[in-house]
Amino acid sequence: MIVAEHLTKRFGARTAVDRVSFTVERGEVVGFLGPNGAGKTTTIRLLAGVFPPSSGRALIDGLDVATRPLAARRRLGYAPERPALHREMTVAAFLEFAAGMKDVAGARERAAAAGTAMERTGLREVAGERIGQLSKGYHQRVGLAQALIGDPPVLLLDEPTGGLDPAHSVETRRLIRTLGDAHAILVSSHALAEVEGLCDRVVILHGGRVLAADRPADLAARLRRTSCLDVEAAAPADALMATLAAVPGVRHVDLLARSNGQARCRVEAEPGADVRARVAADVTAHGWGLLGLAPVEASLEEAFLALVAPAEGR
Amino acid sequence: MRKTFLICRRELGVLFGGPLAWVLAAVFVLLTGYFFYSDLVFFVLFGGASLPAGLWRFVFLDYRLVALLVLPLLSMRLLAEERRLGTLELLWTYPVRDREVLAGKFVAALVVYLVLLLGTATGPAVLYMLHPFAPAPVLAGYVGLVLLGAAFLACGTAASAVTENQVVAAMLTYGVLVFCWFVSWNEAAVGETVAPVLLQLSLFDHFYGFAQGVIDSRDVVYLVAFTTLFLFLAARALESRAWRGVI
Repeated sequence: MIVAEHLTKRFGARTAVDRVSFTVERGEVVGFLGPNGAGKTTTIRLLAGVFPPSSGRALIDGLDVATRPLAARRRLGYAPERPALHREMTVAAFLEFAAGMKDVAGARERAAAAGTAMERTGLREVAGERIGQLSKGYHQRVGLAQALIGDPPVLLLDEPTGGLDPAHSVETRRLIRTLGDAHAILVSSHALAEVEGLCDRVVILHGGRVLAADRPADLAARLRRTSCLDVEAAAPADALMATLAAVPGVRHVDLLARSNGQARCRVEAEPGADVRARVAADVTAHGWGLLGLAPVEASLEEAFLALVAPAEGR
Repeated sequence: MRKTFLICRRELGVLFGGPLAWVLAAVFVLLTGYFFYSDLVFFVLFGGASLPAGLWRFVFLDYRLVALLVLPLLSMRLLAEERRLGTLELLWTYPVRDREVLAGKFVAALVVYLVLLLGTATGPAVLYMLHPFAPAPVLAGYVGLVLLGAAFLACGTAASAVTENQVVAAMLTYGVLVFCWFVSWNEAAVGETVAPVLLQLSLFDHFYGFAQGVIDSRDVVYLVAFTTLFLFLAARALESRAWRGVI
């Protein structure tokens, strides 16, 4: 549904987006991650047809955004990061105007489309208020509401929860997740935890280039620099640490907690080394009770840092 | 066409939702009203027998100056304001053509101008009730004012399309329009061969016929061509986002 094919955008001598390629299928929510200035917004604007790429193609539902802009734009909803809206208009009037721009014919149909969008984004109670009088969080929701109008199959959401309070942020994520079943959705964000729970896949962008694209868990697993275990035993802390450190393949041991003759340690092993069996054997061999042994899941944040930090050093 | 209408309606709502349109309307009606009264007094005292030559000519030439003063301030915000606010970004992601956006905004400004012109018709209407006169020269004058105003607004729309600063847009419009007025003033400065050409290009020289109650097709073609040229330039300015990368 969304295809970026070697997308490149140059502004004068500066290359903002450099041969970016990825796809988003219907029924998929894909997170678009990257530090500030990575080229996320420019890529989304290229996909939304705000301006054409210097080279490469952006396809929405198989339609080239540059050569068939109107047909492609009919199939997409775009919510900008900081939606610039006409402050003099009421929420309902603006959404009805957006419906008109999106080919919803007839005043009654436009009002109905605006009503549905307001319902979905929790804007009903401010329908008659002027946009200029509303808070930033409401502006964000109006931006999202206008993207949903006409129920386009493709949604491009640039930081959709930025500026929202926690309750509305959760609500918006739930809405995106629900929409994700029948739409192709690209969500840019810098909140990694949010993306991890929301998205089926992530595309990590840095310096205008795609560094990685995969499922969050796979990406995290693939990129974790070490494999970690948390070990808890009924044992003296120092003796336990010494025993764990002596296990072949263990690189480093940290004491996390100790109390009442029990200790909990984090064991950092060489990448790829599975030390769990040997750790369990050595602990029980000392006659200590093994109370817990759990692998520590690598987070997307770790993966992101593992990717972006070396790229920044280049 | 439907989208042009919707954009035009929204633009009118935004224009009259703020103070600018009301202030401009008040200034326009007051100034034109004063000019009408002043020209009428002058005609009664010194004007002679011919209304077109003694009254309407002066009235329409004065109205032209008020239009020159007010219309660049009406057109300056059309696109510059949207550029500054960033509201154009969303519009570019809707299935709407640049020319529909441009037409909607231009027509909205033209509608406001027509309403202002309607306000100026009060003086002639009252005069007609007191002292009936041949309406054709007055209608010709208004046709000229509509065409001239459309040319001013097209020029202002183009200026508004190249900048996000409304004052810059207004100054650019004043610069172009005043140059088009003065360009034919001094034959000595340009030489005898160039002067007639400049006279043909001078925006204001093409209004004198209308002011005197004459509709000349050459003047109509010139003013329509002037309007079309500047709307074309405005469209090119909007398209420049493709390579400028700014919205």
